Amino acid sequence: MHYKTIAELSLALQQREISSAELTRHMLQRIGRFDDRLNAFISVTEERALAQADEADRKIAAGDAGPLTGIPIAHKDIFCTQGVRTSCGSRMLENFISPYDASVVERLQQAGAVMLGKTNMDEFAMGSSNETSYYGPVRNPWDTETVPGGSSGGSAAAVAARLCAAATGTDTGGSIRQPAALSGVTGLKPTYGRCSRWGMVAFASSLDQAGPMTRSAEDAAIMLSAMAGFDERDSTSADRPVDDYVGALGNDIRGLRIGVVKEFMGDGLDAGVATSVQTALSEYERLGATLVEISLPNAGLSVPAYYVVAPAECSSNLARFDGVRYGHRCEDPKDLEDLYKRSRSEGFGAEVQRRIMIGTYALSAGYYDAYYLKAQKVRQLIADDFRRAFEQCDLIAGPTAPDTAFRLGAKADDPVAMYLSDIYTIAVNLAGLPGVSIPAPMSAGMPVGLQLIGNYFDEARLLNAAHRLQLATDWHRQNPGGF
Amino acid sequence: MSLSSDDVAKIAHLARLDMPSDKAEALGRELSSILDLVAQMDAVDTSGVTPMAHPLEVVQRLRDDAVTEQDNRDRYQAGGPAVENGLYLVPKVIE
Amino acid sequence: MQWETVIGLEIHTQLATKSKIFSGSSTAFGAEPNTQAALIDLGMPGVLPVLNRDAVRMAVRFGKAIDARVAERSVFARKNYFYPDLPKGYQISQYELPVVGEGSVEIVLDDGDVKTIGVTRAHLEEDAGKSLHEDFHGMTGIDLNRAGTPLLEIVSEPDMRSAKEAVAYAKKIHQIVTYIGICDGNMQEGSFRVDANVSIRPKGQAEFGTRAELKNINSFRFLEKAINFEIERQIEVIEDGGKVVQETRLYDAAKDETRSMRTKEEANDYRYFPDPDLLPLEIDEAFIADVMATMPELPDARLARFQSDYGLSTYDADVLTASRPLADYFEAVAEIGGDAKLAANWVMGELAAALNRDGIDIDASPVDAEAFGQLVARIHDNTISGKIGKEVFAAMWAGEGSADAVIAAKGLKQITDTGAIEALVDAVLAANPVQVENYRNADPAKQPKMIGFFVGQIMKQSQGKANPQQVNELLRKKLS
Repeated sequence: MHYKTIAELSLALQQREISSAELTRHMLQRIGRFDDRLNAFISVTEERALAQADEADRKIAAGDAGPLTGIPIAHKDIFCTQGVRTSCGSRMLENFISPYDASVVERLQQAGAVMLGKTNMDEFAMGSSNETSYYGPVRNPWDTETVPGGSSGGSAAAVAARLCAAATGTDTGGSIRQPAALSGVTGLKPTYGRCSRWGMVAFASSLDQAGPMTRSAEDAAIMLSAMAGFDERDSTSADRPVDDYVGALGNDIRGLRIGVVKEFMGDGLDAGVATSVQTALSEYERLGATLVEISLPNAGLSVPAYYVVAPAECSSNLARFDGVRYGHRCEDPKDLEDLYKRSRSEGFGAEVQRRIMIGTYALSAGYYDAYYLKAQKVRQLIADDFRRAFEQCDLIAGPTAPDTAFRLGAKADDPVAMYLSDIYTIAVNLAGLPGVSIPAPMSAGMPVGLQLIGNYFDEARLLNAAHRLQLATDWHRQNPGGF
Repeated sequence: MSLSSDDVAKIAHLARLDMPSDKAEALGRELSSILDLVAQMDAVDTSGVTPMAHPLEVVQRLRDDAVTEQDNRDRYQAGGPAVENGLYLVPKVIE
Repeated sequence: MQWETVIGLEIHTQLATKSKIFSGSSTAFGAEPNTQAALIDLGMPGVLPVLNRDAVRMAVRFGKAIDARVAERSVFARKNYFYPDLPKGYQISQYELPVVGEGSVEIVLDDGDVKTIGVTRAHLEEDAGKSLHEDFHGMTGIDLNRAGTPLLEIVSEPDMRSAKEAVAYAKKIHQIVTYIGICDGNMQEGSFRVDANVSIRPKGQAEFGTRAELKNINSFRFLEKAINFEIERQIEVIEDGGKVVQETRLYDAAKDETRSMRTKEEANDYRYFPDPDLLPLEIDEAFIADVMATMPELPDARLARFQSDYGLSTYDADVLTASRPLADYFEAVAEIGGDAKLAANWVMGELAAALNRDGIDIDASPVDAEAFGQLVARIHDNTISGKIGKEVFAAMWAGEGSADAVIAAKGLKQITDTGAIEALVDAVLAANPVQVENYRNADPAKQPKMIGFFVGQIMKQSQGKANPQQVNELLRKKLS
């Protein structure tokens, strides 16, 4: 039953072929059996999951069930979950039991989803390989010597290995889409502001966005329907109605204009990935869509701009971790400065410290204009590029990542090489647009992601296009062996 | 752009991170390589461009002035590393 | 060398909202530590700020009160620094684009001249928590109840030239913020905090000297003392061949001195940048109109009106508009009493003396405006004389009831019956034939003085209740 999508499981639950309790136990058993090899989970909340499953079964029996009632899912450990450790992949929060639930957690709980546990991630979502986690790296189920991508690597691996029906992720520079691509699942980053950031531990506030990681576009639509919506606790939350994502899935895509970014199809793209993406694009043509070449002339500057904006915001967002009110505190601080410096240096790993340092530098007196302000201007140029592109097309398509999953440790000592894994995803965050990565044909036995980018709040069309491709192909139905 | 160990030490202090000198040198090199990447931005002329602070062009929403929070001190302090009599304790602050 | 002092003030006013600027926690003073510190105030991971509308309304109200430009668009920025009473490691404030731009207020100098003091800007920000230095085994305790309380920081131009001017300006701002109801003005509780930037320069020199920032001043008296101490200190430093260093100095009221906050820190680098959790604040005409609709009359306007409508002197009008409760009290008394000048005299005289003597604020006066107005009315309609009025007031202050009740109970009603007064006059004249004779033979120029003897006798006989005008009239008639 773990091969089923949410849509299929929901049907089985409604028709009483299985109960949520059975399904939940089954998934918990799979986590117990396989997670030693993947390290996808930081916490497994068995008791809570079974209680939620019983509750779901009662709702189903009462005929009061929605599409997510009784569906076992996992949350990235960046979402605050009341009474459950919320570690953010960091030693800093090793003992942090959140006193409240994130908005996304609340919404999924209200929709009846069952929480199996919290998934592993790059520390404070800073990484593209899941190797920066204090709780050890996550392994890619397709080849456990390779990385699953990051920072939502635990969620990607858990969904790919069928340890949960779906998982939540967050995406600041590609952290949902890149691991989705490397692990062979569907991952959606909605428009900035579509999902509330309340209770999501902040990395870079103007870029962070929560989204679903699933086995299909249809499942992503179901998850997003529950996750999205206005939240008055988040000033940046979009106060506009949520579209009928599931209802829009069946729309015809004939005549859809798909813009292919010429800058994304050239140098730096692995040949196997390029072929795979071309195959997917040809399939769209076969389905009646039109391909148009478009240009994003400033997209090449997205990585440089991002590595100013994101670290700058992170250096400030992570200042609250000071060993005073919660989180890691060093032993016997001799004075205040010692408390701060040792607590933070012991609590944060190397990559987090690197980014705090870069961000602190970029904001410091005398450098603000040259770095931060300059990056905000480049960001504007990138957003303008997209605006112009969407005058020529309805959606934009290209590769999600330049390569398939790389070996553990391959880029660990070269931060800049690691940063370039997000070269095709970062521009989308800077502009605040929605993007989805869906499986394209495999390359040399490893998953490849096709990235589709939509206009602001055009998630329905994005998911519709993804779904139509998945109806016509079985690329998203591939399963890694051994799980 | 290259950062000296002194620069690194200064930034580390602003960010309240411990920075032993052996670590500072290696980190200085890593940070410099990141700044080289960042310097690619210099290739584009941004004069006259409005800096973009937010992806969406919306304005701040205002909430009503109402007390909606109760006292949850015990729950919020349950995981506190050093709490006494309802206060968070830190090494003596000298003024 | 002749020195000139240059002073600018930064005043932090706590806004009188019910809840905090970015959270729904109460701002009430004096609660148990950390019981008014919710998730947002504690800077918990994942929390986000949402701006309090009334804090913005109050800022706009202040802007309009000092005739300043209210920014159509202002931006919240993060001021980054580490301190245990600052839970997030940054303070949300406004930096490049404050909500209130340039404005000005007028102060009256000792010689009666009016001086305009420029206000550079006023911006919204959040307050920090408190560090408690009582001994917790050598540790400091942190209470975050105050963290997130809305502040309006009002920054002046360096327009003041003496401690007295600085105090006059601070009092003016205090008067305005309390008048328009955006701050309770309580300096002891820290609702109104004044920091002073003080420098000196040789008289005639255009450029400013190096300034010191004085903090920890919690009364107007200490403001004057701290500045004066600092001026003397700076003159001494320079005249001894030294240099004033730019630094923050704490005022120690017990020792009446300022001392350097010895920070081993390098110069602060606050790394301001726009807070990405908050969007630009836009204030449109409708919002301003809505604020203006509930704008109370400002002190300067009220002062002018008291002079024109009530015919009060500048001095009286100034005293009576010093605070909004006093001005409100006076207006109620004038209305009920039916005589504004009489009301002014009595409020500034008997009432002020009693309040002062017992150390009571006008808000807490045991004789409220209505009761006091009735007393003034009884004096105005000649039910009692001014002299008896003092006696009645003393009884009212002691809680013996309303003016009418006291007058009735003590039989203090003035005698205005002509027959009764005539009988009194006749009796006194008959009993003092020598004085009557002397009066009649005296130089007419001296007579008015001499008549006082008879008035005194009659008032004594009537226990002060005879109407003095009637007594005078009758006497003059009968003695001529």
